[in-house]
Amino acid sequence: MGRPVQYNTNERQLTIPEGYSGEGFMATKMDQLVGLGRSHSLWPLPFATSCCGIEFMGTMGSNYDLGRFGAERMGFTPRQCDVLLVAGTISKKLAPVLRQVYLQMAEPRWVVAIGACASSGGIFDSYSVLQGIDQVIPVDVYVPGCPPRPEGIIEGILRVQDLVRAESTRRRNHPRYKELMESYGIE
Amino acid sequence: MTNEYIQQVLSDQFGASVWGFEESFGIFSFNMKPEINMQVLQFLYEDAGLAFQFLTDITAVHYPDRKDEELCVVYHIHNLVANKRIRIRASVPLAQPDIATATTLFSSANWMERETFDFFGVNFIGHPNLVRILNVDEMNYFPMRKEFPMEDPTRTDKDDEMFGR
Repeated sequence: MGRPVQYNTNERQLTIPEGYSGEGFMATKMDQLVGLGRSHSLWPLPFATSCCGIEFMGTMGSNYDLGRFGAERMGFTPRQCDVLLVAGTISKKLAPVLRQVYLQMAEPRWVVAIGACASSGGIFDSYSVLQGIDQVIPVDVYVPGCPPRPEGIIEGILRVQDLVRAESTRRRNHPRYKELMESYGIE
Repeated sequence: MTNEYIQQVLSDQFGASVWGFEESFGIFSFNMKPEINMQVLQFLYEDAGLAFQFLTDITAVHYPDRKDEELCVVYHIHNLVANKRIRIRASVPLAQPDIATATTLFSSANWMERETFDFFGVNFIGHPNLVRILNVDEMNYFPMRKEFPMEDPTRTDKDDEMFGR
């Protein structure tokens, strides 16, 4: 019987974007190049209200070290940040604040709902708690768990990186993205 | 200061408007008519032998089965010198939950009455600023009343069958 935690056999190698390459040069699409760069320099904005925030502190600490994935630099102003990490219970009174923080972020921006409370209200099925932050802002990645382990949060960030690499540079001009924003009443 | 002494003084002063004297869960408590709540609190505050000059708490309880006295407003007041705390109940009807404010006597009653209004809808007449304090301003019901379900009605993903209901 093996150890409960084994070393990772599914190593993920960084893939080179598709393109034409020869000796000493490589030609690829701008979108892919920018996406590759963006995905490894995400600036997270932690919006931590409760226990998921504690797990997120562990994720940023030296044991798990989210900095390995390029998300080293926390910005505590929404204007500088790319990824909004909502970790914890959001009450209905806090919902306008969260929405304001999201509106202050510059495009391109992504949102991760960390944990059951941010994703769906969790156990707090009550008159005072927002039943999932996707009622007020669009969410890109949901991380399950109550609270999720740091590995889960890292996996959520990796999923965001996949999104960043796959999206076009000017996502905000896309008609479906505009439609999504309009459904939330965001200009 | 014994419970019997408090009961005697209050009965002499207010007669049949105060009743139901008992000691429950270690706190001496009694009922009063909601119309005279401020006279009773003022008397307990000013009487030299009683001197209940600290307001510990104001809250309410909803008893849906009691006809015309569904909302029970509860005052906890404290005598800091004798370290004695008593509980006073005043029942008001749900249809017209009016009771005089205690802010004229205790400044600390301001937020407590706002909270009681927020959760139970008790209308404290004469309160300087009776608006919601904890819940969102847009809320149009009083969540701690029994007719409102505990669970959030806006949640759509909960299937009753999966929860055995």
